[in-house]
Amino acid sequence: MKNFFGNPRLQRYGRTLLILLLIIVMTGPEGNGSQPTSGFTGSFGNHMSFFGFFYPQRWVVFVLLAGIIYGVISSVKLTVHWWRNRAIFRGDTYQRISRTVVATKRRSRLKSTRLGFYALGLAFALYFPHLVTDQSWQTLVVQDVLVYLLLALGLNVVTGFAGLLDLGYVAFYAIGAYTTAWVTGSLPTPPPFGVHWNTFVAIPVAIVFAMLCGVLLGIPTLRLRGDYLAIVTLGFGEIVYLFINNSYGITGGSTGTNQIPFLSFHLGPIKYLWGLIPEPYYYLTLAFVVIFLIVFSSLEHSRVGRSWVAIREDEVAAESLGIHPLKYKVMAFAIGAASAGFAGVVTASQTLFVTPPTFTISFSINILVLVIFGGMGSIFGVVLGGLVVQGFVAYLTHSPPSVYNAADLYMYLGALLVVMMIYRPAGLFPSRRRLRELHLIEGGVAPDTLQVEIGAHRVQEDV
Amino acid sequence: MGSLIFDVQDVTLRFGGVVSLNNVTLHQNRGEILAIIGPNGAGKTSLFNSLTGVYAPQEGTILFTNSQDKSISVIGKKPFRVSNAGVARTFQASRMFSAMTTFENVKIGAESHRGLGVVGAMLKGPATRRDDRNSDQATKELLEFVGLTSQANTIAASLSYGARRRLEIARGLATKPEVLLLDEPAAGTNPAEKIELAQLIRRVRDEMGVSILLIEHDMKLVMSLAERLYVLNFGSVIASGTPDEIRANPVVIEAYLGSADAGVAEETK
Repeated sequence: MKNFFGNPRLQRYGRTLLILLLIIVMTGPEGNGSQPTSGFTGSFGNHMSFFGFFYPQRWVVFVLLAGIIYGVISSVKLTVHWWRNRAIFRGDTYQRISRTVVATKRRSRLKSTRLGFYALGLAFALYFPHLVTDQSWQTLVVQDVLVYLLLALGLNVVTGFAGLLDLGYVAFYAIGAYTTAWVTGSLPTPPPFGVHWNTFVAIPVAIVFAMLCGVLLGIPTLRLRGDYLAIVTLGFGEIVYLFINNSYGITGGSTGTNQIPFLSFHLGPIKYLWGLIPEPYYYLTLAFVVIFLIVFSSLEHSRVGRSWVAIREDEVAAESLGIHPLKYKVMAFAIGAASAGFAGVVTASQTLFVTPPTFTISFSINILVLVIFGGMGSIFGVVLGGLVVQGFVAYLTHSPPSVYNAADLYMYLGALLVVMMIYRPAGLFPSRRRLRELHLIEGGVAPDTLQVEIGAHRVQEDV
Repeated sequence: MGSLIFDVQDVTLRFGGVVSLNNVTLHQNRGEILAIIGPNGAGKTSLFNSLTGVYAPQEGTILFTNSQDKSISVIGKKPFRVSNAGVARTFQASRMFSAMTTFENVKIGAESHRGLGVVGAMLKGPATRRDDRNSDQATKELLEFVGLTSQANTIAASLSYGARRRLEIARGLATKPEVLLLDEPAAGTNPAEKIELAQLIRRVRDEMGVSILLIEHDMKLVMSLAERLYVLNFGSVIASGTPDEIRANPVVIEAYLGSADAGVAEETK
């Protein structure tokens, strides 16, 4: 019996089940003291039936769901396990040779597949507005997916690359949005030089302004480490929120900004107003997402990226090698702030006006969830995580299933994150280095996975 | 004065009421292998930390003079500035970047002295690529020098103690220093590795012209390697001289016998 319950697979199944039971209770009918168990025993009414006559109780549905999730995950794991233990990797005699051969093949395949994958992804992204012509959907994709993706990419630089936990990241987003409002003359504060500038002008101004704020926040606070830094950034986020919420004379206070003009283009005979149609915004934001993707991934594999890793792993040693820790940390803050600043411009100009409640702490957490879900420090993972989670959110917002209650959104996201942490603690698609760090932290040298990692890494580099 | 690489005058370092270094005066000649010995808690590592800018002693002066005869005062300088001036070090408990490969560890040292270069790193311009290739080349040469070429792509955490020490030396050398401070490089290594290490340290000095400042407990290693020694006890320099002079010095023998480290004293004799 002990062996039976000690089985890790069974334990994982049990945990999944627990979380789902929790969801049953939380998403059940509104609290009713006389029927405390209605969350379990109630049915989904006419929304869910099997064969048209069997209306299952809620708990039955969720237990079945747990089984399905568990089955999918287990089969994926089995496949991965089988793949890693193919005959060619076993045995001693030809081990080295065969490994090298396989690794060579795999690597060339990987590189080309990766490029092909990117091209395919980009082509799909470019074609997307023609595929989904519903404008409310397109707006959601810009606002709920692409903007979040920009923010997640920026936060990934700060938290993933440089290892600085930033809980006030939303502040830079707010600064970007309010700078746009300021530059275009939509605040009680007069715009710069008294001119109502074109919204395009706001793009560089907002980015530079957000970066500047990143530097100004970073210089005094980045001397702190770990938890202390997290608290200070949390404070910064709150300060910015309270400032925009309360200074009526400067930011418009809790009523928000005046109407912010759309992006428009006036150059001689060419005149183009972007209006309410989301498509141009989609392409503009997509272009910036691609730019940030390219820039950030080359940063990751550069001297700067390596210095961040060094500081993250051992600041004292890094400093003894001549790396200026504060400079690099401030730089991470500034670079992370840049993409948030741009995201602010998009939001401000597309949604016509911004109000303070957008920029609360829960927004920062939401972005952090995307980064953790995708895999800290892994750009590909963050993009994937952002697409999955925010795509899901956009779907729920646009066409909510009748059983879905909008107030439960964070419940589902939270459960998703907990399940994630059980099955893939390093995220959906972790960066190899982060994974190694995690294993090293978890206990001395290396469980099997680390050995696999090392082996794979070695042959890859040798080729 | 040009021949002195480190000139330490009357340095006193206190932590609250505890005096860690007491009026320490010592110097190192350019190209010298100098050793600092002493019982546990004598202040050897505190001295190293003062020399590299980690601690700022309250009194005294520490002058570092580079080969262009330019002197800088170390006290009050941040560690990365001291490193940029040409002082490299290793740590007592080796501090590698454990999740990185051997190669990456050394490469970080090789490229840390260039400016920030964010824009270049973002755009991957030709200058950045050239820098990158140069660092790769320098790293390869250094790994060859310390004999870690075959383990270039091993994760640093899975290296043996001896290899870790050599890695730390390579990483320090990658910053192109004029003096290398080694904090107990032989700790945790086996006798065969110790011999290799001694050879390596001598080669660093002879082939690269880097002065060596060494803290070590292993008397055999110190006596065979060092050209001159300082003995620290309770934060003060109690003796200095060549290995032979130190062996014969009654004050040193007493200091070691007075401590619990009797075995070391045996070896000192």
